[in-house]
Amino acid sequence: MSSVLTQARGLSGAPYFTSVVTVILLAVLLAAGGAAYPGFLSLQVMLNLLIDNAFLLVIAVGMGIVILSGGIDLSVGSVLALTTMVAAWLLNTAHWPPALVIATVLVMGLAFGAAQGALIHFFQLQPFIVTLAGMFLARGLCYLISIESITIDNPLFVAVSQVQVPVLGGFLSVGALIALLLLGVTIWVSRRTAFGRAVYAIGGNEQSALMMGLPVGRTRILVYAFSGFCAALGGVLFAFYMLSGYGQHAQGTELDAIAAVVIGGTLLSGGYGYVAGALSGVLVLGTIQTLIAFDGTLSSWWTKIVIGALLFLFCVVQRLLSARVKT
Amino acid sequence: MTLPQSRPLTPEPVAATPAPRPTAVALLRHELAKPLLALAALLVLDFIFVPGFFTLQVRDGHLYGPLIDIVNRAAPLMLAALGMTLVIATRGIDISVGAVVALSGTMAAMLIGGTMVIHNGVPEYVAKTPMALALAAALGAAVLCGAWNGLLVAGLKLQPIVATLILMVAGRGLAQLLTDGQIVTVYYQPFFFLGSGYLLGIPFALWVVAAVLLVVALLLKKTALGLFIQAVGINPVAARLAGVRTAALIFFVYVFCSACAGLAGLMIASNIKSADANNAGLLLELDAILAVTLGGTSLAGGKFSLAGSMIGALIIQTLTYTIYSLGVPPEVNMVVKSIVVFAVCLSQSAGFKKMWKGRA
Repeated sequence: MSSVLTQARGLSGAPYFTSVVTVILLAVLLAAGGAAYPGFLSLQVMLNLLIDNAFLLVIAVGMGIVILSGGIDLSVGSVLALTTMVAAWLLNTAHWPPALVIATVLVMGLAFGAAQGALIHFFQLQPFIVTLAGMFLARGLCYLISIESITIDNPLFVAVSQVQVPVLGGFLSVGALIALLLLGVTIWVSRRTAFGRAVYAIGGNEQSALMMGLPVGRTRILVYAFSGFCAALGGVLFAFYMLSGYGQHAQGTELDAIAAVVIGGTLLSGGYGYVAGALSGVLVLGTIQTLIAFDGTLSSWWTKIVIGALLFLFCVVQRLLSARVKT
Repeated sequence: MTLPQSRPLTPEPVAATPAPRPTAVALLRHELAKPLLALAALLVLDFIFVPGFFTLQVRDGHLYGPLIDIVNRAAPLMLAALGMTLVIATRGIDISVGAVVALSGTMAAMLIGGTMVIHNGVPEYVAKTPMALALAAALGAAVLCGAWNGLLVAGLKLQPIVATLILMVAGRGLAQLLTDGQIVTVYYQPFFFLGSGYLLGIPFALWVVAAVLLVVALLLKKTALGLFIQAVGINPVAARLAGVRTAALIFFVYVFCSACAGLAGLMIASNIKSADANNAGLLLELDAILAVTLGGTSLAGGKFSLAGSMIGALIIQTLTYTIYSLGVPPEVNMVVKSIVVFAVCLSQSAGFKKMWKGRA
């Protein structure tokens, strides 16, 4: 009996435990859906999860890196909206070529994030308050461009939004493929490069990281720049998906992204977790939404309540785990 | 662990304290000087550009005028900022304020409902539930929300922003679930008194804010509560070792913050005569945090000023009023607010001060 307990303890103490829990949760959700609704477990429904949540996955990857470094970025949803707005305006009013527009907005997101990172690092401001102000700023800038929604009718954007890439008998959108590519690259960066290790070290203990001679300032600014870049890339994917720019796009996405990262098994105190958790977290959120859509009788606010409950559950599990690690 | 040793462990003056010899320099150094100057600058701007800004009229025994309008509209924000001040003073944050506003407003509106019936030729208003009971239930729900937040922060020791994020997401969902996403309209005259009634010529909402402020200020000044809150904010571990019951104290400030938010929710619902679970109190938590920061309360905890937060709330409302009355598109408001936050944060930052002095 006690040996079973020790084994269970050993397993729950393993670094990948929370991530495993998420994957099990995802499997249970999918199985429940498959048992309740015929057709739920079809390949295309699974692929649609990725297509519909490609932008969220991209943002969650950026958020994952920020949270691993012990920070938080609340501005991502607004930067996404700003990106769609600037892209729509540049395409429709300034008539820039689409490739140049995409490059411009990506650089803009990068610069926005880097500026926030610089404020956080050089003036020792709290990431929470800086990115909160950034959130206001980006949303406000959207409305300075236009209060109305701008439709994107650029041929390239329209074409990209309709491309179906065949995958295993189903199809994926270009956006979903870009999101998966970004996820792969980021996983590699986080596990295999000096930058990735510095992110984990700073999240674990900033003082120690500093004493080890790691470039804390550069890493931190890069982390926020990366998150800004991801938000802008998410905006481009969102523009592909919605074919419009609007200041009210993606309200509250930052909270969904944080929820996805937490559910994906990353500790909010930083330094512990996997970038890949963003994928399982986003898929869990997407599956809940799909389940509620399949049910038809449940209203959309149930999504919020269930996400809140899941957040609570994972926070408590994380708390209990980290409390035991310390003792 | 780095400890801010320069901070005195004495309660900061809550209201203006008489300096021994109030010279101009000493007055400028006062902690409320900067927010008051900002408010004064805004008022001067309004005085120049908005005709009749300072006119006060007495109509039907009520005071009317732009100034009264600003103060009246700022009342819910002042309440929210009051609760937020104490939370931030203990190094916490509560981002569920907006959700609690939606929840309490919805509860009250749904319980009261109300219809008008003609009884013997006299119109009478009938509520579904006695109003006192409905208000108590709404406030009770808010207190429960606060207890939940407090339990997560003080009991489970979750980071405040994460702990309150849970209620921020789920609370609004609950409110929407209660109303099925519809706007609940109230037809019950007595309920409107809270948000748009007048007592002795002054909006009733202001009396409520003043009463809450007075009670809290007295509690903080006359008991050791203010000192304890400050001690927790400066160093929670040291405070606990010194015998302060930190967990109970932190639990209490979250309950208080939610209760304030609940009261603000009642005020908003009463003012617009309905409850909108989707939009009521949306982003109010951010305005409250902004008001608290503007008032000179440090986000790092330990240093707080109730009066400052009240001035901060007034600054935000005056700013909104100014932007509207100057004919600037209201959307600019968000950009201006964000720039103000950046400026205030930088002015509080030690690194920025060093740079500034190094250059000068």
